[in-house]
Amino acid sequence: MSDWIAIAKLNEIPPMGARKLLTETLEIALFRTGNDEVFALRDRCPHRGGPLSQGIVHSNAVSCPLHNWKIDLQSGEVQGPDDGCVNTYAVKVDEGVVYLNLALAESAA
Amino acid sequence: MSKQKLILIGNGMAGVRTVEELLKLEPEMYEITIFGAEPHPNYNRIMLSPVLAGEKTIDDIVLNNREWYADNGITLHTGDPVVAIDRISRQVKTASGNTLSYDRLLLATGSNPFIIPVPGHELPGVVGFRDIRDVEMMLESARQYQKAVVIGGGLLGLEAANGLMKNGMDVTVVHLMDILMERQLDKPAAELLKASLAESGMNFLMQAETAEILGDDRVRGVRFKDGSEIEADLVVMAVGIRANTELAQQAGLHCERGVVVNDTLQTFDPRIYAVGECVQHRDSCYGLVAPLFEQAKVCANHLAMLGYGRYEGSVTSTKLKVTGIDLFSAGEFNEEEGDETLVLQDPAQGIYKKLVIWDNRIKGAVMYGDTMDGTWYFQLLREETDISCFRNTILFGQHDLGDAGHGDETRVAMLSDDAEICGCNGVCKGDIVNAISSKGLFTLDEVRAHTKASASCGSCTGLVESLLASTMGEGYAATPSEKAVCACTEHSHDEVIQAIRTAPLKSMRDLFDYLNWKAPDGCSACRPALNYYLLANWPGEYQDDAQSRFINERAHGNIQKDGTYSVVPRMFGGLCTANDLRTIADVADKFEVPEIKVTGGQRIDLFGVKKEQLPAMWKDLTAAGFVSGHAYGKAMRTVKTCAGKTWCRFGTQNSTGLGVQLEELTWGSWMPHKFKLAVSGCPRNCAEATIKDFGVVCVDSGYELHIGGNGGIKVRVTDLLCKVETEAEVLEYCGAFTQLYREEAHYLERTAPWVERVSLSYVKQRILEDEVGRKALFERFQYGQQFAQIDPWRVRAEGAEAHEFKPLHINQMRAVS
Repeated sequence: MSDWIAIAKLNEIPPMGARKLLTETLEIALFRTGNDEVFALRDRCPHRGGPLSQGIVHSNAVSCPLHNWKIDLQSGEVQGPDDGCVNTYAVKVDEGVVYLNLALAESAA
Repeated sequence: MSKQKLILIGNGMAGVRTVEELLKLEPEMYEITIFGAEPHPNYNRIMLSPVLAGEKTIDDIVLNNREWYADNGITLHTGDPVVAIDRISRQVKTASGNTLSYDRLLLATGSNPFIIPVPGHELPGVVGFRDIRDVEMMLESARQYQKAVVIGGGLLGLEAANGLMKNGMDVTVVHLMDILMERQLDKPAAELLKASLAESGMNFLMQAETAEILGDDRVRGVRFKDGSEIEADLVVMAVGIRANTELAQQAGLHCERGVVVNDTLQTFDPRIYAVGECVQHRDSCYGLVAPLFEQAKVCANHLAMLGYGRYEGSVTSTKLKVTGIDLFSAGEFNEEEGDETLVLQDPAQGIYKKLVIWDNRIKGAVMYGDTMDGTWYFQLLREETDISCFRNTILFGQHDLGDAGHGDETRVAMLSDDAEICGCNGVCKGDIVNAISSKGLFTLDEVRAHTKASASCGSCTGLVESLLASTMGEGYAATPSEKAVCACTEHSHDEVIQAIRTAPLKSMRDLFDYLNWKAPDGCSACRPALNYYLLANWPGEYQDDAQSRFINERAHGNIQKDGTYSVVPRMFGGLCTANDLRTIADVADKFEVPEIKVTGGQRIDLFGVKKEQLPAMWKDLTAAGFVSGHAYGKAMRTVKTCAGKTWCRFGTQNSTGLGVQLEELTWGSWMPHKFKLAVSGCPRNCAEATIKDFGVVCVDSGYELHIGGNGGIKVRVTDLLCKVETEAEVLEYCGAFTQLYREEAHYLERTAPWVERVSLSYVKQRILEDEVGRKALFERFQYGQQFAQIDPWRVRAEGAEAHEFKPLHINQMRAVS
């Protein structure tokens, strides 16, 4: 479908790491887990706005670099006793290329 | 595969806690059924005293409501107790005649109050103090009658007496011994307690032995051995508890004073485990909650078939839950021959503190009137900390050591509810106390998770622990001294370090596999620690894992709250030239640096740099000869120096030159935490060397070496390690000390708490007394430095790790693909 935009090769994102992705209006954090799953979330922690793309990725979660809030990459929900939610975006990996679909908003904060 | 069946007999704190721990480890392994004799879900038994005193309601003390059982798929039977265990067919039988089979059985039948079998002990109006029914019965009596006698002047007896008095009864405590709470208090403390209780209206009959309970259809009095009598409408027997072993004995399990278990909480039948007050472990039975929780954790581990974790017994501490009375005791508080005692006594203020010391370690503590530091003393006791360096002030408390900079006025018990405890996260005392009681929090970690108190800088940890202790009373399970690295493992830092060395483990994956890490790739707490340990132990072999480093160490700059970075170029010994300053000024102009500041470590900090700009900025800086200042890392930071002998009329040695040499030796090395040095040219100590991790104070005859100091949250002045005569020795001792710290401290432990933990005498033994060992440490340090002194800025300016600094752009890629 035309709404899927190729944005990067999978190997441009380090395993258990992240890249920041800039669009004209958005800052998106692109995560790659240890199992090579890829997730896209708004690059802004619901707590104090920390850049999630700079956090440590572990299992399917990222820890915000500012105050260590843990965010589930799948749902965008904040884990544990803290509350909050981050926008997630649809991504898929096909033959080593990562595609993003901004038309399909998976959840709203 | 069908699930195995686990039956828990006893719906109390120890049993249910074990189930909770088990669910954390293996939520799906068992189909769980719980039998409780009482008609209530699990409640906090240690809070019965405040319920009796009218300070809490029954609802307040419920720990697991019925929804909790349903949500976790647990079948709960209340009011239909198990009456028999058939071990051969592995079935239990209940009072109503039901039978149910098990694969594993957990006994947590608790204990019964001991009722002295004197004539009349079965009369109506004679009660123990054990469960909600007893409390309801006492409250009922208080409404109808006036005179109460409590037999037993121990912890439970005094709490019962206090509660009855609060309900308007006229209470007399009868005690066999001449001092109250003799198992917890020495004579002076017991006298203070008695005086204070007497003042509030409690009556005492000491050294009185009960002979008979008088009455016909209800109790009306008590007669003693000496023939004297006292009137009573209610008699509470609180002379002790006996482990409830009835079921176990019937089933033929080996019992002595309790059901005998081994270090895995297994009974003599391998399918049957037991925890809590019904248990006898290594000849001890416990009636306090902290040991029960330790047992629960170990038992759950074995029920989950993980097979490690041993319970090796507990040291216990006691607090009395009587409002307005502060009392604490732990360990062996009655001195024996060869022990020393430290005593602080202030009768006017009603304060008494005694520590029993042997070989500079605390054996026992009794405190009355001011128990703020009970938790601290208890920790020193359990960890067998050498107290010689603060022995002369220990009785004045931890705050006297400079804890947190919170002054004397913030005595936690006296604080109002809106007093701020955690300055980082703005958490008040009221928030913490509410969270503890409403959410049923037991440990420091839980309070951190729910309130954020002490979760940032940690300086208020002591205060939060005190709040936990004062809110929970004896229920407070102090943080274990051998803490697991994080929730991903049961292993402590020391165990991990040991495994890395002896297994040996040289990659993160090997480590996760070898130590059965629970999360497949760890978490943000353990990965940086493990990365450090691997790097420190296998320099040159271990491949540093960028994704296991905090962003500051990955980006080689300090992330600021707006997501920009700060850049601090290294200036060896704080020296610089006009050209250096020009380079920095040019860089600041070129990259439009919004703010420049001089740091506390004599460096220049450029703030507000965008991450994308970092490599280009580093290119200009490294071209001019700068290297990274590592101001962002758990690493060697700076060597601070004073004016020095070249200019200063008081200077003794070439202190500035020595500072430069020390920085050349140590820059680039990764550490468990940040690490700072300083060299002062004379004892005026303008470089503040005595609050550094390693400080040198030059004197006319040589160099004094100081270790283990820091400014910051908890200021600590260094300890003097030794005096040496040459610069070469300074370098060698510095390298050896640094390496010892790098090899043995826990990740995120600065030298100050590390030196306190392992003791100064240990460091002296390794660095001063063992010359061969010192030289070997120094050699290992130098070996590691070969790999560490590769400037991270230069390699990144030349293109390494480019992806870290370049964002992806959506439009660009669309054009490419």
